[in-house]
Amino acid sequence: MNTTIKLLAIVLGSTLFATSCKKSDPTPAPTVYYQQQDQMGRPAINTVFNVSASDKDAFNVTTPSAQGAAFQSKFQARLMALNPGYTTNLLGFNAATFTGALATDVLTAATVGTTTFYDGTNVLTGRKLNDDVIDVELILIFGGPANTQNPTLTSDNISANDKAFLTSFPYLASPF
Amino acid sequence: MKRNKLLLSALVAASLITGGIIYAADHIDTPAVTGQASDITDVYVFQGQNTNNLVFVANTQGLLTPGNTAAAKFDENTVIEFNIDNTGDAIEDLVIQCKYDAASNSMQIYGPIAPSEKGTRSKLEGSASVTVGVTPYSGAVISATGSTGVTAFAGPRDDPFFFDLNQFKKVLAGTATGFLPVGMATDAFAGTNVLSIVVEVPKALLGAPTSGTFANRVNVWVETKKKI
Repeated sequence: MNTTIKLLAIVLGSTLFATSCKKSDPTPAPTVYYQQQDQMGRPAINTVFNVSASDKDAFNVTTPSAQGAAFQSKFQARLMALNPGYTTNLLGFNAATFTGALATDVLTAATVGTTTFYDGTNVLTGRKLNDDVIDVELILIFGGPANTQNPTLTSDNISANDKAFLTSFPYLASPF
Repeated sequence: MKRNKLLLSALVAASLITGGIIYAADHIDTPAVTGQASDITDVYVFQGQNTNNLVFVANTQGLLTPGNTAAAKFDENTVIEFNIDNTGDAIEDLVIQCKYDAASNSMQIYGPIAPSEKGTRSKLEGSASVTVGVTPYSGAVISATGSTGVTAFAGPRDDPFFFDLNQFKKVLAGTATGFLPVGMATDAFAGTNVLSIVVEVPKALLGAPTSGTFANRVNVWVETKKKI
């Protein structure tokens, strides 16, 4: 019995020794790195506000903390081209403030309470599957300070998905 | 496959005519990622059925027809990464990294974990919190929960995005002055699928501050990153 334990200890010991020798082998696997290709926070930002293909590609490989400085003025020019009559929007943002907020493409989400893109009360506390984000963005771009301007441009009149979502995980509907 | 290619060519042609690719929400948003596994279509963040959790959704590879959904695959060389800022400076403090393993046809979910390197280049951080088999096109939902309480799903789903994109393109091209009335408007994403990753995370793992100017909030964005 005793001998067996001793033998085991020797065997285990040598195995450990061999393992540790292997670990200190001077050729560790090189670290694999991954480089950014696409980026997205809020819906439709890059697609609507960047015009040229080169700007779209550049936006996607820019980290959000650097996007504002690089893209705000271009976004403002685009906003004024889309809606030359823009003054402020429902959030009370002028063109510079609005495009400054948009250019840093992150989605803010609440960790307490309601999560929604906009539900009439809560603004930008997340994005639910059934949020009509396009209408919200159209209203903010075209609707003016009281959402009374450009009425034919403030809703695409598609207000829901074509398939019902699930109330439990994974929430998204099964594929067609 | 052929239909999808035709659709893509038509879209590219249309975008050339209108002078810019206009494809919402983020579907095929740039020439560099269009048609690739790295093309993000949408990002969602919402409170889970269990209100102690937040749900993160990243959809990729949009406009899959039912006919070509079964063949759509995640890419082993592309990491789909949720970035989470819990201080309000738009710099990631935590990441959730999703890495596909082709041999086991499963998605490995890393984090939420503080990344050792921030910005446009990343490496996988730590070890996987949970690994989930990819749900097949016609199969029952596969989900898995790891020891930290992170639950994951990966596989094809209906594209939850809805938008009369074609009418919007006409508005931008100057051939229409507004959207169509209810009943005439058409959801351009109806009947199409995406490859989804759904990760449900206990809010307690997100490090959101409970006081101050950025109380009870996080900023979230998704990056796809390709092996270099």
